[in-house]
Order: sequence, then C-alpha cells, then structure tokens
Amino acid sequence: MTLDDIVQAVRAAHDSHTPLRIRGAGSKDFYGGMLSGEVLSVAGYRGIVAYEPTELYITARCGTPLADLEAALAEKGQMLACEPPHFSGASAGSAGATVGGCVAAGLSGPRRQQAGAVRDFMLGVKLVDGTGQALNFGGQVMKNVAGYDVSRLLAGSLGTLGVLAEVTLKVLPRPVAERTLVFALDAGESIARLTQWGGQPLPISASFWHDGQLWLRLSGARAAVEAAAGKLGGTVVAEADSLWQSVREQTHPAFAGGILWRLALPSTAGDPGLDGLRAIEWGGAVRWYAGEQEAVRGAAARLGGHAVLYRAPESLRCREDAFAPLSPALLALHRRLKKAFDPRGILNPGRLYAEF
Amino acid sequence: MTIPNNEVFSVDKASLVRRLKLHLPPHCLLVDEEDLRPYECDGLTAYRQLPLAVCLPENEGQVIDVLRACHQLGVPVVARGAGTGLSGGAMPHARGVVLSLARFNRILRVDPLARLAVVQPGVRNLAVSEAAAPHGLYYAPDPSSQIACTLGGNVAENSGGVHCLKYGLTVHNVLRIRVVSIEGEVFEIGSEAPDAPGYDLLALLIGSEGMLGVVTEVTVKLVPKPELAQVVMASFNDVAKAGEAVAAIIAAGIIPAGLEMMDKPATAAVEPFVKAGYDLNAEAILLCESDGTPEEVVEEISLVTEVLTRAGASHISVSQSEAERLRFWAGRKAAFPAVGRITPDYYCMDGTIPRKRLAEMLSAIAGMEKKYGLRCANVFHAGDGNLHPLIMYDAAKPGEWERAEAFGAEILELSVALGGSITGEHGVGVEKINQMCVQYTTPELEAFHRVKAAFDEGGLLNPGKAVPSLHRCAEYGRMHVHRGDLKFPELERF
Repeated sequence: MTLDDIVQAVRAAHDSHTPLRIRGAGSKDFYGGMLSGEVLSVAGYRGIVAYEPTELYITARCGTPLADLEAALAEKGQMLACEPPHFSGASAGSAGATVGGCVAAGLSGPRRQQAGAVRDFMLGVKLVDGTGQALNFGGQVMKNVAGYDVSRLLAGSLGTLGVLAEVTLKVLPRPVAERTLVFALDAGESIARLTQWGGQPLPISASFWHDGQLWLRLSGARAAVEAAAGKLGGTVVAEADSLWQSVREQTHPAFAGGILWRLALPSTAGDPGLDGLRAIEWGGAVRWYAGEQEAVRGAAARLGGHAVLYRAPESLRCREDAFAPLSPALLALHRRLKKAFDPRGILNPGRLYAEF
Repeated sequence: MTIPNNEVFSVDKASLVRRLKLHLPPHCLLVDEEDLRPYECDGLTAYRQLPLAVCLPENEGQVIDVLRACHQLGVPVVARGAGTGLSGGAMPHARGVVLSLARFNRILRVDPLARLAVVQPGVRNLAVSEAAAPHGLYYAPDPSSQIACTLGGNVAENSGGVHCLKYGLTVHNVLRIRVVSIEGEVFEIGSEAPDAPGYDLLALLIGSEGMLGVVTEVTVKLVPKPELAQVVMASFNDVAKAGEAVAAIIAAGIIPAGLEMMDKPATAAVEPFVKAGYDLNAEAILLCESDGTPEEVVEEISLVTEVLTRAGASHISVSQSEAERLRFWAGRKAAFPAVGRITPDYYCMDGTIPRKRLAEMLSAIAGMEKKYGLRCANVFHAGDGNLHPLIMYDAAKPGEWERAEAFGAEILELSVALGGSITGEHGVGVEKINQMCVQYTTPELEAFHRVKAAFDEGGLLNPGKAVPSLHRCAEYGRMHVHRGDLKFPELERF
C-alpha cells in the first residue's frame, strides 16, 4: 500500500460523498461512538520510515504494528513513554494496535502520570485530509512553533479530521531501574497517600489500585529507585512487569465486565459517590467503574472531571454517547474545525460525537 | 521587509475611541500618541508601529466588551502581555487596538495538593514559581525572560526554556485555559482532570500567537522541586566534537535537565562580562545539568563525565556548590545582554535543526558572516536542537540592518533544508512570516487559514502575523523545502 492509495481512496470518497471508517488493526473498535461507513483499511501502509535514537524520534507509517515499533525502540534501549495499549487479541487474529490507531485514539498507559500522554510525544504528522490532500504538520525536531500545532490536535481526534498516514513521535530512554511496591490500603487512603507522595520529588512512574491493594512503580536511576523504595516502605513485588502489562492492556481482572466507565478527575477529587469502583490509576486522576451508572456524568462533572463510557455492549452504546457532552459553544467550534479538515464530513462520522 | 498592514481595516479613530469609552474607564484606555509610544514594539525592536488605541481592561467583562466592540466595528486586536516576545508577535496594527493584559496580574489559587496554580495571564512566569516555592513546588518552563514575561504570552508562544528537554514546553505544563473569542464568547479549554473530552484544543491554542483567542485565565501544573542540581562544564576544541558529545549523552540513556552549548564568539562575549570561568580557548563549551535526588544526581553526573571524556572533552569541571552551579549558568543566561555589550545591535534567530547537523549549520553560518560582513555568536539549546545565532550589526549604519535581516533569513531557510524548523520557541510573529512560505506548502498554509477562520472568521485577531497570506508567499517567491527534500532533486538549481 502506498500513500497515493490512501489519497486516491479518500479523494474518491470525497467526490462521491461516501462515509469512510478508517481502520488500522481494529483493536479499539469498542472505543468511542458507533462505527459507520465503508471500511478504509490502512493496515497495509506500514513500516518505520526513520528512527534516530540520538535525535529521540521515530517516524512510522500508520499501519505499522505498535509492537514492531516498540521492538525497534527496545533494541536501542528506548521506549514510547506514554505506554499506549496494544489490545492484541481484541479482535480475532489481530496483532494489536497500529501506530496510527494509537495516536488517533490517544489512549495512554500507566506511565502517563509521570511521562505524559500520547499528545505530549507528538512531533509531526503526514495527514490526508477529508478532500484527499496530503499535508505535513510539525516535523522531527523537539521544538517547533511554526504554524498551529495541528499534529498534537490530531492525537485523540479518532480519525475525524483526517487519515494519520505517517506520524513522528518523541521517544525516551528506558529507565535504568524499576521497582514495584505494594501496600494494603483502601481507595480513600490510596488517594490521600498518592497525593502526598506526588508533591515530593519521588520517581513514581505508575500507580494502580484494585480491591484493597495499591501498587506503585518506581523508575529511574538505580540509586534513586533504591532510595525512594527505602523511604516509601511497602512490600517489594517480584516480577512486576506482568502486572503493569495487564494494567496497560486491561487484561487485569479489575477491568473485567461488560460495562466499564472511565472517570477522569482532578487527582485529589473525593469519592464521586458511585458504586462499582474497580480500579484507580494515574495518581488518582483516573478511576474505573463497572456497571450501568445513571448519575455518572453529573458526578464526574461536579468534581471537575468527565466520564467516558469506555466499554459497553452495543445496546448501551447506541443510546449513550461515549464522551461527555460539549457545551453548545464548544460543539459549534468542533464542527467548524471538523469542516476545516473534512468539509463533507466523510471521515469516521459519529466516532467522536454523534453530531459530526 | 515590509510590515503587513492590511488596508481592508478602515475604522476612524474617533468613532473607535467613542465606542471603547463606553466600555472602559478613562484609566484603562490610552489614545494619545505619547501614551501609545511604549506599545509600538515588543522585544523585536526593529519593527515598530503605533496602534490607534491601547486598552488595559481590569476584568474579563471588559475584555469581552472590547472584543465585541472591535468585532462589530471590524477593528484588528493585538493581545499583549509583557511585550518581551522576540518575533514581533505583539507589534501593533496601524488600524487596530492593543489589548494589554497587564492588569490581569493576580495569582488566583495555588493548590499544593493537586499541584497546580490558577493565574491570570498578566502574571509573570517567575512569580508562579515564587508563589509555589513554599510548598516545594515550581512551574517548569523557564524562558530566559522569565523575570518579566507573562503566562499569557507564554501560552501564546508555547515558550520553552533551558529545561524543556526534560520538563517540556508550555504545552506540556498547562492544564486549562479560559479564552475569549473575537465574538466575545468565553471558552473553557482543558481541565484539571486528564484528557478533556473532544479535540485537544489546548494544543491548538498554545503557541497560536494571539490569532485564535484572548486568554483570561491559565491553570498550570506545578512539579516538585528537585532536591539537588549539579552542572558539568566541558570544553571542546572542535564544534563538531561537541555536537557528537551531545548525541553520546542521549545515546547513553540520559535526558539531562539542561544541555546547552556556546561557541567561542559567545563565550568571548560573556566571560569578561560575567566571569563565569569559561574556557576561552575552547571552540565550544557544553553545560550539562543533572537534577533529582542526591543519589540520582551523583550517578548521572559520573556517567555524564565519563561520556564527555570519551567524546574528547579537553577539560571538564563539575559544580561543587549551588553558588558555582549558578555561576556556570550565569554566563549562558547572560549571553544575549553580553553580546549586546560588544555590538550596538544584535538580531537573535531561533531555528531548530536535528542535532547531528549542527557542525554543518555552524560552518554555513561562518560562511554567511563573510558573505554579509557581519559577526555572529551562537548559543544553542543543544539538547533539543534549538539554535540562537546572535547576528551583530549597527542599526545606525545604512544597510546593516538589511544585511542582518537577509543573514537571518538565510539561517532560517537552511534550518528547514536541514530538516528543522524556522522557529523553536520565539514564534513566527511578523519576523519570520516570509520563511513560513519556505517551511509549508500552499495546501498546508490554506489549512492553517481554515483553522484560523474556525475561530476568527473576519481575521481580526493579530492580522498579518504567524501565517502568511498566499499572496505574500507568491511575492516572496522562495521555494518550499520540506525536511531536506527539495522538490525535483534531480534538477540543477542556480
């Protein structure tokens, strides 16, 4: 598959007003609004275009499996620090997320609380917009303030502004040392403890609470990790990689069940007063709830956050938006931006909001 | 270059002032020439323009009223913070008003538990860190103008600083902003919770140079102050070797808190002024800072020292006290004023390049010094490839400014050809508007114009800045070069 194949496909859809559903590996088909449109598979547009370890960037085509990209980074002792999920096996025979889907969905993993989100690592993009034009924004350098920062805007846009044909991401060295500690604490105590630790210069790179236990991962220089572990106490967990892997990929039992809500809150927010708390991540800023939740949007909003209907059966997805509603003014602005990149509204319609 | 002042805006001053007087008390509105004079330029003093009026609102309601009035009358609005910007982004429009946020100078809230601060846009960058200091926290982005520059300006320019390789730019450290559109509508963008729903408008607005909206409130992230910081200073007898040493540090898995380089002309300008202890025989010196827990710093400093020795450093010293660390940095931080002491005027450029092309760029700059008959000192945020050549000239000598400007343009265009960007942190403003035509293609510029129109259909916010009109690019007539790939590379070029 070539870039021109993507350009031609989008141009044809534009000319015929045909809605397209952009698809990498389909590992996140469950996420966001209902799927609609003719499938435009970009899985075949793959390969690492450039990787310069000492310049701290990697450029890859959208269909490149995230696993391939991370394997290339690991060879040089580097990583995607936002730890995006792969969700391999999410659909039959799937090798897991692609680079394009990773950026389009903008989902980050456990290390986000220390290192930042997918958007924080975006350096540049080659975008095929809704009229079939290939446009370059950003680049391969760490600092670039020429023009609006369109490449970062695209992280989490769920393909509604264009096909992310090629992306350039900032990469970081893997930490020299990691250690995981576990504490027996309830949810409220965990949040209090995480808040207290967060204000100190400690190398905490991930946190995960489930069912009375709080796991904490320390990452950094060997001496720093040892010193912090000594200071924090708790019990050292051997072989913790598989635990963090199960959190990142949501194969941990905490994420089981048919309906899963993701509440993003200010990390210090109190109890939203909902039943079904399954897990806490990111130092308290993300809390997972299972089951039908009548009052969830209001509860999240009252605490200054928002709720995402993360996983749900189709019967619920078709009547409940995935994402918190936007104010009328913001919705109007979203529509105008959508129109600026996709004037005929053919790209992933309804995937972000039903309105566009 | 000619200053873009679109002729389509044509309100008369008397009726504009009459209207503004309805919304602002007398002490919030400047209209006399002598009062307008201090606003005629920002940190880029080579470009000057008087506005019709300067508005100094004291609350968001007044900002809304002024914007609505200007929207109705079709009057351009240029928002302004402290006016320390280096690309003319806050230079007034001849037929417009300057909207100064100087009176929005309150820190509204510091929340040490949530590790954030809510501030008004006129609050100085350093004041945020000072307010957070009692809690052991600080605001990470530290542009060199941090004692004067304001958060609103930092948001508009996506400011960096010497620590941004490790701690990020403004875009990585702002959680939420309140923005007023040209139509007077208020938007809350981002939130204290992660991953606000919808498009990442925060990313789009940060660095948008006052083209999309006017910021009235900023919520920033605060981070714990590292317990210790130490800096290694290394001398190199060859600039290329210093560049390779930077790559070797990164290859060793280290992301230093700061990684700066100065060439010989820069250290020669700085040393007599600051007495930082720089090696004046070195072709380049590197400053590499490590911060964190004491254990971490010891480990990292020993690794850095080893890497630099292997990379061929001719001399290495490590700061042994906080006073010595600050002295090592003092020279780098004083580089601009130090150069200002040895030349009547200097012109600071801001290109970014892949680090591995540094030697190539510096040798090209040496060639340009001869070509334009002007000297140039180079300071370099080596960690992130952001080069600040300081072109020395004398504005009083006829033709020197024009030569400096052409020299600068050539550096920026070479930055693009080497795979970099025309601006790493100073913004496009009015200064680099022509070079935007080199970095972007026509369809890309058109996309920027559509983004602008989604926020400001009439083009009233900061017209003539940041994104050139296609007409302007056609006039400029330079070839677009992207990431080092010339179009039709098989053709010879003359």
